[in-house]
Amino acid sequence: MSTRLATGGRLLDKGRALEFTFNGKRLKGYEGDTLASALLANDQMMVGRSFKYHRPRGIVASGAEEPNALFNMGAGGKFEPNQRATTTELFDGLTCASQNHWPSLEFDIGAINNSLARFLPAGFYYKMFMHPRPLWKHVYEPFIRQSAGLGKAPRDRDEDTYEHFYAFFDVVVIGGGIAGLLAAREAGRAGAKVLLMEQTAHWGGRAPVDGGTVDGRPVDKVVEEIVSELNEMNNVTLRTRLMGAGVYDHGYLMGYERLTDHQPQAKGPRHRLWRIRAAQIVTATGAIERPLSFAGNDIPGVMLASAVRDYAVDYGVSIGDRTVVVTNNDDAYLTAITLKKLGLDVPAIIDARPQGAGALAEEAKALGIRIETGKGVAKVKGGRRVTGVAICMQAGEGAALEEIACDVVAMSGGWSPVVHLWSHCGGKLLWDNENAMFKPDVDKAPTGAAGEAFVVAAGAANGALKLADTVADAHAAGRKAAKSAGNTPMSGDAPKADSSLENPMQPIWLMPQGAKYELRAKAWLDYQNDVKVSDVQLAAREGFESVEHAKRYTTLGMATDQGKLSNINGLAILSDALDQPIPQTGTTTFRPPYTPISMGAIAGEARGPVFQPLRRTPMHDWHEANSAYWEPVGHWRRPYTFRKTPGEAIDAAVSREITQTRQSLGLLDASTLGKLVVKGPDAGKFLDMLYTNMMSTLKPGRCRYGLMCSENGFLMDDGVVARLDEDTFLCHTTTGGADSIHAHMEDWLQCEWWDWNVYVANLTEQYAQIGVVGPNARKTLEKLSDDDLSAEALPFMAWTDITLAGIKARAYRISFSGELSYEIAVDAGQGRALWDKLMEAGAEFGVTPYGTEALHVMRAEKGFIMIGDETDGTVIPQDLCMDWAISKKKDDYLGKRAQARSFMANTERWKLVGLETIDGSVLPDGAYAVTDGTNANGQRNTQGRVTSSYHSPTLGRGIAMGLVHNGPDRMGQVIDIPKVDGTVIKAKIVPPVFYDPEGKKQNV
Amino acid sequence: MSNTISALPGATYEGAVRVQEMGLCGMISLRGDHGDEKLISAIKDIMGTVMPGQREIVHQDERAAAWMSPDELLLLLPYADVRDALTRLETALAGTHFLAVNVSDARAVFRLHGGSAREVIAKLCPVDMSPGAFGPGQIRRTRMAQIPAAFWMPDEDSVHVVCFRSVAQYAFDLLKQSAHPQAGVGLYA
Amino acid sequence: MMILTCPCCGVTGEETEFHQGGEAHLTRFGPGSSETEFHDYLFSKENPKGVHLERWRHAYGCGKWFIAARNTVTLEVYGTYAAQTTEPPQDIKDTLSAKVPGWSWREFA
Repeated sequence: MSTRLATGGRLLDKGRALEFTFNGKRLKGYEGDTLASALLANDQMMVGRSFKYHRPRGIVASGAEEPNALFNMGAGGKFEPNQRATTTELFDGLTCASQNHWPSLEFDIGAINNSLARFLPAGFYYKMFMHPRPLWKHVYEPFIRQSAGLGKAPRDRDEDTYEHFYAFFDVVVIGGGIAGLLAAREAGRAGAKVLLMEQTAHWGGRAPVDGGTVDGRPVDKVVEEIVSELNEMNNVTLRTRLMGAGVYDHGYLMGYERLTDHQPQAKGPRHRLWRIRAAQIVTATGAIERPLSFAGNDIPGVMLASAVRDYAVDYGVSIGDRTVVVTNNDDAYLTAITLKKLGLDVPAIIDARPQGAGALAEEAKALGIRIETGKGVAKVKGGRRVTGVAICMQAGEGAALEEIACDVVAMSGGWSPVVHLWSHCGGKLLWDNENAMFKPDVDKAPTGAAGEAFVVAAGAANGALKLADTVADAHAAGRKAAKSAGNTPMSGDAPKADSSLENPMQPIWLMPQGAKYELRAKAWLDYQNDVKVSDVQLAAREGFESVEHAKRYTTLGMATDQGKLSNINGLAILSDALDQPIPQTGTTTFRPPYTPISMGAIAGEARGPVFQPLRRTPMHDWHEANSAYWEPVGHWRRPYTFRKTPGEAIDAAVSREITQTRQSLGLLDASTLGKLVVKGPDAGKFLDMLYTNMMSTLKPGRCRYGLMCSENGFLMDDGVVARLDEDTFLCHTTTGGADSIHAHMEDWLQCEWWDWNVYVANLTEQYAQIGVVGPNARKTLEKLSDDDLSAEALPFMAWTDITLAGIKARAYRISFSGELSYEIAVDAGQGRALWDKLMEAGAEFGVTPYGTEALHVMRAEKGFIMIGDETDGTVIPQDLCMDWAISKKKDDYLGKRAQARSFMANTERWKLVGLETIDGSVLPDGAYAVTDGTNANGQRNTQGRVTSSYHSPTLGRGIAMGLVHNGPDRMGQVIDIPKVDGTVIKAKIVPPVFYDPEGKKQNV
Repeated sequence: MSNTISALPGATYEGAVRVQEMGLCGMISLRGDHGDEKLISAIKDIMGTVMPGQREIVHQDERAAAWMSPDELLLLLPYADVRDALTRLETALAGTHFLAVNVSDARAVFRLHGGSAREVIAKLCPVDMSPGAFGPGQIRRTRMAQIPAAFWMPDEDSVHVVCFRSVAQYAFDLLKQSAHPQAGVGLYA
Repeated sequence: MMILTCPCCGVTGEETEFHQGGEAHLTRFGPGSSETEFHDYLFSKENPKGVHLERWRHAYGCGKWFIAARNTVTLEVYGTYAAQTTEPPQDIKDTLSAKVPGWSWREFA
């Protein structure tokens, strides 16, 4: 059984006992434990069921590479699935539960898949569930969805907060092991602004566990010394619990900082996403040990040799009493020696290499450990826990020579540099034959904004696995990065280190080398996605020869661990099956993030009320207080309608607003309309180019409606232009067009007509604008003003400056409703005051604030087009029969040439008409009018479509506008417009102006 | 002008820094040729400042002139003085090609005050806020989370942030969240 | 995410401050132009693998348009320059020639 040793536990504070709960069981651990070490200390070796076959799975690793120990963590608003026990720091009150089993971890129905394993090879789902096709959607997919997946999706809203942080450094060192510390020190000494980030809570990485000396001093002491030296440097920032998550273009680096995961009661954000720009990035990310592929290598109790050592040294945890070490390299001997020295039994070291290890072998022998060279594991015995291993000749086919009883198998298949961050932004890799690993190709580093290499790999991450090499390489990497960042490294030699690793490793991709199918089918490559040696071989046989194809076919390396343990082993098996060298097979692509990061961290501050900017007009609070039913218009919130009583139906409110406005007085908050001031000696010429009609002839004091088209000829915006003086125009745009039309103007002024003297300013938000609309509009304004507002003084399509309720205002006599109407613009700070005054003054006329829907219906009654309804980016003004707004005199305007193109000038285009339903009902918006025959796809031919459709309370019937083939020539004809339910509405083609076609009401 | 209100009158938050909406602030957007002698002397006369250099802000008592782009300045002055200043600009610059408009009401201004003001900005804006990279005398126009904003530092412990009026609540909420007392980063401490 | 230096205000900012605006140095064809000329002006845009001259606007900054000479494969930015020109300035051409011998882009090389 796994248990806590009486002594040891480098990282523990045994004075602080902690309680936690696993699957409802209350367990004890210590401050400094990871959840994994605490579980192991409580003999909780089995932690989950595998993804596909539901096999019992135990903890394999001690760090970010752990594939099995994934838990549903926390509860309620703090619930999160798939949390790795090995990187979760234990805290008092932690609750977690294992995943992917039903009804319980110990007894799992899904384990039947294990018995059926030979019928569920790679690609099984693809082959099995292809036919018949309809079954996929209705039978297979629901079933697979039910049985697939790891953790549960959270049900509650995440109650934590998150944030981003933008930071800039000369050199960022990722990884706080001995290599990162040394690189940071060299960069720091060179005067660079340095950030050193470490994903765990501790400095030193593996060095304190692995041992060795640097300049004759124990490496753990050296780590402490360097940390304190770095702490003294003002130009160096050290952060733990900050992981390098991804490296991107131009030195962009994503750091994932876990602030309160280890202290969930603490206030403040849970995670912080560091958005870093670094001139140079040093990846000192270490190396990850590889498993060995032998039968039963997934049985709980089979662990990485380094992890067994970590748990013993760092957490004082013995994984079991009898540990068999199986290896192809010297490093695993350290585990045997460590365990033996702690008084635990190591029945044997099984070394696949015929020559075995160097000095470490002597040391192990001296401790009384049996060493078998040239041997391998034929299979592991046991079900939910290792009970023994059968050993065999590595060169053979797996005939058992002997069985050794044990409860732990510590395996080591060699080490792979963590090249993820090097590779994220395009750093290339080289195959290193000596250590059978991919390592960074230093000549092909990721390149930055100036084409410079901006990532330097250091230490084990650069393939320098032995301490002596690590130290020298990291020292050089720190200096190189500092120099590239523009700093001058100080002189000085790299420290000298020694380590006990002597003999080269030997690549062992399958154990034994001639393992039969039965063994290969139980030799796991990818624990998390349940991929075995036999699956990859099958993929190769079936023609999935590209590594990217084989990966997707088998799902090797596609789980949440992204194949940290499995990629190289799987690649080797694939290469072997294809009979080609590993570098020729190549690797799959490493993508960020290095380990999964929280969705909250990605969102940062953008949640809840600040998910998106919400734009408010100066009268927003009044609307809110008066039961506005909001409509999002871009980022604006505009009242769709105002409900007079809480029970009033929305459509009833809209009808009431329209009727009251047409009969007496309505108020509209039109503040969101774009207001662009265009000024300069060339302003008129400029606007003549922008609008289809002539603006330069507009007289100061007057307004003119205009259309704006893109160079493609399509209508993009419309609005009323007021000429303020000889040099100055104020252009109203649509609400949505304020920013885009401003940008459009600047674009043409800066990039095409830069010699024209025109300045533009966007004053949209400087003014609150209120539409005062209805037969009593003038009377209302006259109550508040001494200025002459008569039809003679301020005729239709004119503007003037007035004083209204003591407020300086500009009154535009324009109408989008067909009624007598003024748009009053005042400084935004006085918008609310004016609104209140108008409500007061209009009370005697039954003043009615109205929203966007009433606005839409009234404009449709008048046949006024709306950008976005009658236009969709393919409509030209001619389609809307707006030739009257297109100047014939101008040589040029934006869109003019396009409108002369053959397809645009075609007389067959659909054109704007009004549509009146025969039965008075309301046509569905966007519905198509059909005609005889079918098209090439067998669909009914169409002859038009509805662009706007409303119930008109004024006419007491449905009214619509639409684009219809030859529409204007077909007045009075009836066309068929089917609804989605198959029924057909008959509509008569009529002129689009339904209300007051002579315009008498607006011009009084 | 008692009925004139700023975007979020009286909004304040005490966190790691004090966040305060500054009420009515006078602002004029002035576009013109920065090299024009008439313009330079108008700025001197009306604002009392020299012409700010690229991305500089020059303060003089209650007034300041900020460089917004190669042909744009932002003039900061008491709200009540804007109309007069505009009139004087119109007179001084008559005959030249320029555009001067009141944008006081189109904006909201926030003041952050406290030791971690730099940090609060660095959580929202992709700008190097370390003292070596940005400090008093400079103005930076950028993106604050999802909106355009500009800021400057009247002194080492304060940042003034200006954004559009319509998004004042969003900006205030952002700043509050970033100024949470337990959310210190400690990078510039 | 790229970083770009705006030649108009001098800010070196990340891509989120800028908006990309398509191919630079377009010659506008208006009324009177042939169908082919107009079609090419609107639709036949350069889409090179390598050196590209591209319009950008410092949308969240000074609001000015400028032109970036960059590599669409490596994302290297060779330089940025003001938009008020019909061809890349000599120093940009020199940089391109030094870094990408034999480069060409439309009529420029």
